[in-house]
Amino acid sequence: MIANELAYNGKVEGDVVVTKADAVINWIRKHSVWPMPMGLACCAIELMASAASRYDISRFGMEVMRFSPRQSDCMIVAGTVTYKMAEVVRRIYDQMGDPKWVVAMGACASTGGMYRSYAVMQGVDNIVPVDVYVSGCPPRPEALLDAMMKLQDKIANESSASNLLKANPSGSLPAK
Amino acid sequence: MIDEDFTRGLLEQHTFLTKVSHEDCLCLLCPPEHWVEIAKFLRNEETFELLADLTAIDQGEESEFRFTVVAHYYSRIHHDYLRIKCDCTDSLSPKIPSLSSIFPAADWHERETFDMFGIEFTDHPNLKRILMWDEYPYFPLRKEFPLAGIDTPLPADDVVEVTQASVEPAPMMGGPFVTSGSGPMSNSEPRAKDESWTEEVEKSK
Repeated sequence: MIANELAYNGKVEGDVVVTKADAVINWIRKHSVWPMPMGLACCAIELMASAASRYDISRFGMEVMRFSPRQSDCMIVAGTVTYKMAEVVRRIYDQMGDPKWVVAMGACASTGGMYRSYAVMQGVDNIVPVDVYVSGCPPRPEALLDAMMKLQDKIANESSASNLLKANPSGSLPAK
Repeated sequence: MIDEDFTRGLLEQHTFLTKVSHEDCLCLLCPPEHWVEIAKFLRNEETFELLADLTAIDQGEESEFRFTVVAHYYSRIHHDYLRIKCDCTDSLSPKIPSLSSIFPAADWHERETFDMFGIEFTDHPNLKRILMWDEYPYFPLRKEFPLAGIDTPLPADDVVEVTQASVEPAPMMGGPFVTSGSGPMSNSEPRAKDESWTEEVEKSK
């Protein structure tokens, strides 16, 4: 009997789907991207709108806004990053568990926007690696949803299985 | 509204005050040694119980008195504002007494003024920067400070080690970005006056 269990079992075969590890992992990850809402300015209002019933980000499995970095996967930097706040943004990013992604929402988070000023960091990509940039001042909820779908596409094409085995210091920035 | 009688009475009672030309509310110049006294008087003897604003002006290095501190008081009986100005006698290390013991609202206003102009408010309970971080070496609203900013290290050493980020002068790109405030929204959104960098608009002479 034991030998029989270990061998090919026709009953089991019906419930098995053969696929690649990458495909499974990415499929799971991309359908439950829990955002960390880094709401720093008016973009945060649009971020809230995209979570509300009219735009309903929960259609993409992203409605679980977590204010704890330990529980979130994607930091949505929505607003103006001042130099004083930059340290905080980086620290919260460091506290997020891997895998993690960053969306720079709006002109300010992407480039400093209209704030060409001594106080404002000219793009959050100076301190955290950004995956998707959203244009707009502020972007409409549709633009954010489009960016999140772009992020889903990006997640779907990651080599997650080999990344699991790789020593990968996350959060390092590309060389300037 | 503040009428002529009130103004005359105030000036007769406090001879150290001088009337300054003004376009909106009554504006009086006060020497630093009477700065607290007049605030106390306005709150306790008159009806100016609200300190609406406290800030400063940098008149430029060539002026005799470079820094002028400005306070706006509001009276809900007169329904009017009263502006008291005070020239800081020392332009290199400007000092003025704090009003925070009389108007608690002055506390943060004075911290902001200190942060932006470097004016020291003596007897302030907690005079430290309120907007910029504590180690920031400049006073950004002084005339000589460029809008784009000056190279400065970020305060958090561990973040700097990982990111190599620092405070860099912002690219002005023909800026500052200002709004024309008229016309359709596509024209009135903030934009640089010199847009030669777009290569579509002729460089303005």
